[in-house]
Amino acid sequence: MITDVLTAVALYLAIQDFNKVVFKKQKLLIELDKYAPDVAELIQTPMEMHYIPLKVALFYLLNPYTVMSCVAKSTCTINNSVIAFFILATIKGSAFLSAVFLALATYQSLYPLTLFAPALLYLLQRQFIPIKLKSKSFWLYTMQYASLYLCSLVVIICLSFFLLNSWDFIPSVYGFILSVPDLTPNIGLFWYFFAEMFEHFSLFFVCVFQINVFFYTIPLAIKLKEHPVFFMFVQLAIISIFKSYPTVGDVALYMAFLPVWSHLYRFLRNIFILSCVLIFCSFLFPVLWHLWIYAGSANSNFYYAITLTFNIGQILLISDYFYAFLRREYYLTHGLHLTRQDGTEAMLVLK
Amino acid sequence: EASGIGRDHPCGSFPTHNTLRFCEALALLPGCGQAWGLTLPTVSHYRLFPKALGRLVAALGVRELHLALTQGFWRTRYWGQPPLQAPAGAELWVWFQPTVTDVDKAWKELSNILSGIFCASLNFIDSTNTVIPTASFKPLGLANGTDHHLLRYAVLPREVVCTENLTPWKKLLPCGSKAGLAVLLKAERLFHSSYHSQAVHIRPICRDASCLAVSWELRQTLTVVFDFFSSGQGKKDWSLFKMFSRTLTDTCPLASQSKVYVDISPKNKEKELLEVSPAPTSVHEAIVQGDKKTYAVYDLLSPSLFNTSRSLNVQLKWKRPQDTEMPIPTLHAQRYVGGYGLQTGEICTLIYNTHPYRAFPVILLETVPWYLRLYVHTLTIITKGKENKPSYIHYQPAQDRRRPHLLEMLIQLPANSVTKITIQFERALLKWTEYPPDPNHGFYVGSSVLSALVPSVTAMKDMDVEQSPLFASLFPSSDGSSYFVRLYTEPLLVNLPTPDFSMPYNVICLTCTVVAVCYGSFYNLLTRTFHVEEPSRGGLAKRLANVIRKLRGVPPL
Repeated sequence: MITDVLTAVALYLAIQDFNKVVFKKQKLLIELDKYAPDVAELIQTPMEMHYIPLKVALFYLLNPYTVMSCVAKSTCTINNSVIAFFILATIKGSAFLSAVFLALATYQSLYPLTLFAPALLYLLQRQFIPIKLKSKSFWLYTMQYASLYLCSLVVIICLSFFLLNSWDFIPSVYGFILSVPDLTPNIGLFWYFFAEMFEHFSLFFVCVFQINVFFYTIPLAIKLKEHPVFFMFVQLAIISIFKSYPTVGDVALYMAFLPVWSHLYRFLRNIFILSCVLIFCSFLFPVLWHLWIYAGSANSNFYYAITLTFNIGQILLISDYFYAFLRREYYLTHGLHLTRQDGTEAMLVLK
Repeated sequence: EASGIGRDHPCGSFPTHNTLRFCEALALLPGCGQAWGLTLPTVSHYRLFPKALGRLVAALGVRELHLALTQGFWRTRYWGQPPLQAPAGAELWVWFQPTVTDVDKAWKELSNILSGIFCASLNFIDSTNTVIPTASFKPLGLANGTDHHLLRYAVLPREVVCTENLTPWKKLLPCGSKAGLAVLLKAERLFHSSYHSQAVHIRPICRDASCLAVSWELRQTLTVVFDFFSSGQGKKDWSLFKMFSRTLTDTCPLASQSKVYVDISPKNKEKELLEVSPAPTSVHEAIVQGDKKTYAVYDLLSPSLFNTSRSLNVQLKWKRPQDTEMPIPTLHAQRYVGGYGLQTGEICTLIYNTHPYRAFPVILLETVPWYLRLYVHTLTIITKGKENKPSYIHYQPAQDRRRPHLLEMLIQLPANSVTKITIQFERALLKWTEYPPDPNHGFYVGSSVLSALVPSVTAMKDMDVEQSPLFASLFPSSDGSSYFVRLYTEPLLVNLPTPDFSMPYNVICLTCTVVAVCYGSFYNLLTRTFHVEEPSRGGLAKRLANVIRKLRGVPPL
């Protein structure tokens, strides 16, 4: 529970700082005339953004998922607090602390490795270093940050080695995360997949599923290089959906960020259906688990179906927010009231 | 070498209730080894000792081998203390010689070869059901130091015993099933019983009291319970013909001793409760397992025994109706699974010490398969309402798909008490190929083993080994006041949650669909950009539709 409170505090401070950054950037872009003239209603104002940090902290603390992982005494809360501190350190601009916390988070579960890219992009932005592949300062800073991160990771792993006096913990911890030997049912997609997998293809599909977590990083980095904090949010969501042993605590962490993007609400297309799906699935999970394991009147397919639906709900939620974000960016630069060549109102499509 | 060749023939002992206990077949083999120390003799004469086992023991460096194949469970409350109990299924434990360098490899080879010799699926013995006990299963033969890394123990509770296991067992006897007591062992009567256990024990022993030479001893035991009372035949009188549908006709010419022991112990000091016919050759009294027992002995080698028709049919008749109460043994145990649902459960073992005033320690060995994840912090031992702390615990946790849990404890049992040992576990979900063909039947957990030196109620005198070596090996005792007992509890049947076995293709498709939904949405958002929609002139379909609409008189699209 203490870690939960620490996480909430860290998120609160992080989002407070982030708001200031957003304001500064908005002001700069308005002064540079990058925005279209009629987008006044899309610009974020201090008034509406005043309560966002508090909302973020409350979203995390009062989320039923957080309460459930606290009651279950899961170590997921420790993971969450380390990631929250990492986000705080990144937004404050301290490369050293950010690297240390990222190394701690990677040491616990391998997947926060992908958060290296958004953190790097944010820190580069903060140092006003342009992201060009040919720029020397870009490579210099990248090398610095990467070496800080790798050194702290190596130090932590060597500390573990000295505590344990053998390297056995590496296959036990990271080998376990990557090779998914334990098939206890959870809210993710992996367990039933590998329970029903033909032995011949097991290694192939393990590799495919693990690559699936990591390979969204580069395309997202290219598309969202101007918006690293949103990139971080999307990356966190992808980790918590596709990691090998997801828990509701991971879901609670990225859901805590949703108030930050509350200004995207008008562009979300399916938010009602998706929130209904997520809420219903959350209620059906324990019901169908009880029916399968205790009552014996359902079988594993029922629980698996809810797993599928829950994950589809999460995926569509994230892609909906992504769509809304991109659409708002388009409107900001091209104007809110778009007209076609012949003067009638235009529709926006993705082509 | 002529000295030391002795071959005791199987003998039987028939106690008052309708259980049958066959005696061992003893084979003392002349050895060519040294006269002292533990250099074990090389086996070269196979007149009595079966060649298959002799070569096996020599090639794999086996010091002691004990294999038991059992069908059924010994009901201690109804049938009393078993002479030699074995767990349901197949049990194999082996001590290797210190010269063996790779014990695991030798163990694997041994189980495969034995599986071929005995037509049993012992080849399923692998690292997931083999354990290395540290305190139980000390060597029964001569031993020079006991490094427990040379011991391996495995049990296959699911193994079924039938005729094809009896036939190779009978073939190992020197006369086969053609002469001697083994003619009684016909499969159709033997398997029509409540309990059937056949075992093979090989160990090194001293050839004589001065222990100057070491020999291999092979004992083959067969324990069968014919429960006529419960199978509805009413009267408790029995005869050899009634049980085996044949009688003894001849002795094995290779046997040096051939005896039948019938337990005629009187209950409550009353005489003449029962009558055996024909008259026994002699009557032998002994303290067996803490109780004074009287045995009628039929020496098959004495010429006066067989009548003119050369057939011996031992019969027992009850003169007065006897109560069905069996004396409760001093040490007995039960085990069961508690809890409900397919997620968690609890293994409870109850150990009873019915001795009125003596307390004694017992070693409990539990082997639990890896897919029942034990939580050792939930282990509780309660005796008479108070917690009982074991003086020795050895716990080896399981590794998934590699080795099982091993829990060994030395527990002190107070006099006249019940000790309850509980440990909680969680059930794992396995890959669909790891389930046996009938997955909802459940998974077997092997019997736990209780080893104890039980103090006897009646004082015993030391057995004279030389005078009746057969009897001494049947009921051994190390000193006069206690006897060694090895008990097995019930095997457990535990259900695990099962995936749906008809769904592999569906599951792969559905999960990959979900991943593809994510991939597709992200691909769209990452590679496409927003554009203002340009009015299109319309494709061919639209123009065709407009033509039809004009014909109908409806405004065009």
